Amino acid sequence: MSYRIKDQIKELFQYKYALIGIGILLVLIGISIYTVIAIPYHQATYLWRGGEGIWLDYPRNAMPSWINFFLPKKLPETIILDTQKTQKGVTKVIVPFGEQASKVRIELTFNYLYDDFPSEINLFYSAKYNVSSPHLTIYWIKPEGQRFKLRELTLRKNGAYYISNDGKLALNLQNYYSQKIGEEPNYVMSPEIGLFAVEDKSVSKLETATPLKGRYLMVIEGTLFEKNSDVNVKLVVYGKVYGAAGTDHLRRDLSIALLWGTPIALSFGVIAALSIAMIQIIIAAISAWFAGRVDFIVQKITEVNMILPFLPILIMISVFYSFSIWMLLVVVIALSIFGSGVKTYRAVFLQIKEFPYVEAAKAYGASSLRIVFLYIIPKVLPTIIPSLVLSVSDFVFLEAAMALLGLGDPVAPTWGKIIEDAYSTGALYKGYFYWVLEPSFLLILTALGFALLGFSLDKIFNPRLKER
Amino acid sequence: MSDEFFEVEDLYMYYRTRIGPVKAVDGVSFSINRGETLALIGESGCGKSSLAKSLIRLLPRNVEIFKGHIYLDGEDLMKMSESQFRKNIQWQRISMVAQAALNSLNPVIKVGEQVAEPLIIHKEVDKKTALERAREVFSLVGIPEAFIDRYPFELSGGMRQRTIIAMALIMNPEIIILDEPTSALDVLTQANIMNLLKKIRNESNISFILITHDVGLSSELADKVAVMYAGQIVELGDAENFYSSPLHPYSQKLMASVPTLRRDKTPEYIPGAPLSLINPPKSCRFADRCPFKMEICSKEPPVVSLEKGRFVRCWLHAK
Repeated sequence: MSYRIKDQIKELFQYKYALIGIGILLVLIGISIYTVIAIPYHQATYLWRGGEGIWLDYPRNAMPSWINFFLPKKLPETIILDTQKTQKGVTKVIVPFGEQASKVRIELTFNYLYDDFPSEINLFYSAKYNVSSPHLTIYWIKPEGQRFKLRELTLRKNGAYYISNDGKLALNLQNYYSQKIGEEPNYVMSPEIGLFAVEDKSVSKLETATPLKGRYLMVIEGTLFEKNSDVNVKLVVYGKVYGAAGTDHLRRDLSIALLWGTPIALSFGVIAALSIAMIQIIIAAISAWFAGRVDFIVQKITEVNMILPFLPILIMISVFYSFSIWMLLVVVIALSIFGSGVKTYRAVFLQIKEFPYVEAAKAYGASSLRIVFLYIIPKVLPTIIPSLVLSVSDFVFLEAAMALLGLGDPVAPTWGKIIEDAYSTGALYKGYFYWVLEPSFLLILTALGFALLGFSLDKIFNPRLKER
Repeated sequence: MSDEFFEVEDLYMYYRTRIGPVKAVDGVSFSINRGETLALIGESGCGKSSLAKSLIRLLPRNVEIFKGHIYLDGEDLMKMSESQFRKNIQWQRISMVAQAALNSLNPVIKVGEQVAEPLIIHKEVDKKTALERAREVFSLVGIPEAFIDRYPFELSGGMRQRTIIAMALIMNPEIIILDEPTSALDVLTQANIMNLLKKIRNESNISFILITHDVGLSSELADKVAVMYAGQIVELGDAENFYSSPLHPYSQKLMASVPTLRRDKTPEYIPGAPLSLINPPKSCRFADRCPFKMEICSKEPPVVSLEKGRFVRCWLHAK
């Protein structure tokens, strides 16, 4: 039996599948290391659990931006114009006007070159004043020069004008288009369509309405009534694509959960597979070696444990004690250590136990534990490594399945959690395929990596499967 | 006879089976002097290996009876507890080269460490010193020191056998039980191993108990010969007299079955098969296969003592 690790690694590299598997796993490990360093766990959970406040500038249910490469229509990205940042297309002028007051004029211009309407438009503002709040009027000027007065606002210190939710504006726009094209649009026109649409017959139907490409301008004019008064605005024209992974129904960037899901899935799977196999081996070896009463007790415990249904018990425990993913890991290990593996390994150990070299060890007085750990267990380790590697993905899937059942970690962002969110908000029904496919793809990739490596290892350690 | 430092007296070891006890060792007595080699010969299944295991107390789980006396320097080893025996006697004063020695090496640790194992276990010395000692023993048994870092599968059969012998030697025991030390080796390697054992015997004061079914091989090393049949020693004597004139009919037949080079003689065989050790008859156990069978042979034969500590268990020699 060959046992040179160096040789076996060399042999491993001769299998193409193994190389692919190792490549996949290295990429996943790289992602994990990057994630843990770049986004510390507390920050990740804060972002993930922080609610919509943190994510206000992000579009809702946006697809990943690379989807544009595959679509004939170019979907819009989010455009943010902020007067607090020096930015192209943003001008703010304040001119004194009388003793106390001053006039303010803010111009926000941007080029809109996409083939689809934005998903939402919001204007956030903050104002500085003591008693009299500033008063603003907001205009919208389309590339062809049409000018719409959106609203007059008396500002609070912090607030937002949700343009998309402005029902009065929507009604005005509807009337405007009805007069202009002589035909009532057959749908409820929301402001983001009205403010961007090409003004011809096409606007009468939702399917044919197209946005006008060109330079848009938002003008905000108003009066500040106090000397030190100031006003800042931020216009967010929400796109329909965002980032590398898109966003979910709470505007959260999915890439955070996808990234953090990687180290969690890998460590969960590896720790579970490794510790379950090791503990099972030790239990089986002790059971086989000491025989008699020890063997009887261990085997009875195993048999009872094998009859008990694993998943229902796991669900029951996690319903009663909602716990973190690491607690889940401990419970999974605890429920599995007296699993069927104990029976399989015991059968092998019963053979090894009678090998001459074990008898020789007995003859020169090696203690039972020494024989178990130095003579019996190492003999089976090489044959166990492949199945151990293969079983990692089982536990990765188990974690995802638990999350999908709503029993996962309430805090940690994981792949399973993304799928659960997608499932509970009907993502597939609404057509948000990316939301389900991204975590699923990573899950499958992980399983594939371990499977390719496992099968190749099997060929090396299990001589009967050897091809050469 | 003050030299007889190892003495076995009325040793019994029965295995328990479903159809009754197997009387593998049934009242065996013999003694060895320091530095002397006892060859224990007999057919397969006559209890040779069981006797060897009894001596080093390597008993299987299904032992029914294990009694008698084993004296080492006057101390009765049978009165020792399991842990006492393991601590003081096993491998330190009596060691063993097991049957199927070729498989007696742990496949996953290096042979150097394997040889050092007994030292580490019993003397609790650190690994470095143990390996140093292992190196010494390796050179004693003629294995190049570089082999110390190899795994068993990288060694040839002869080398593995030498490793096993090295392992038996490492604690400087007084007695080494060699249970068919050359059974799986080719003739040349056999000769090499026998020469090695001779060399060890000449250079040290270690006693060997050589268990074999190969009469020719036993003659190379033996000072004393014991012939075992059906769990009993049927003849014991010094090598010189035994090989020239065996007394027990079984011994005679055994000798006659060995082919010789110089004399023109057809090797003979013994008709019949050795009897089952479950419930052996009260009569002489060899009676059924014996060419000199007499009426009196249906009674248990006496142990007839002759000159020079020689004895034979046969009615033919009873006065």
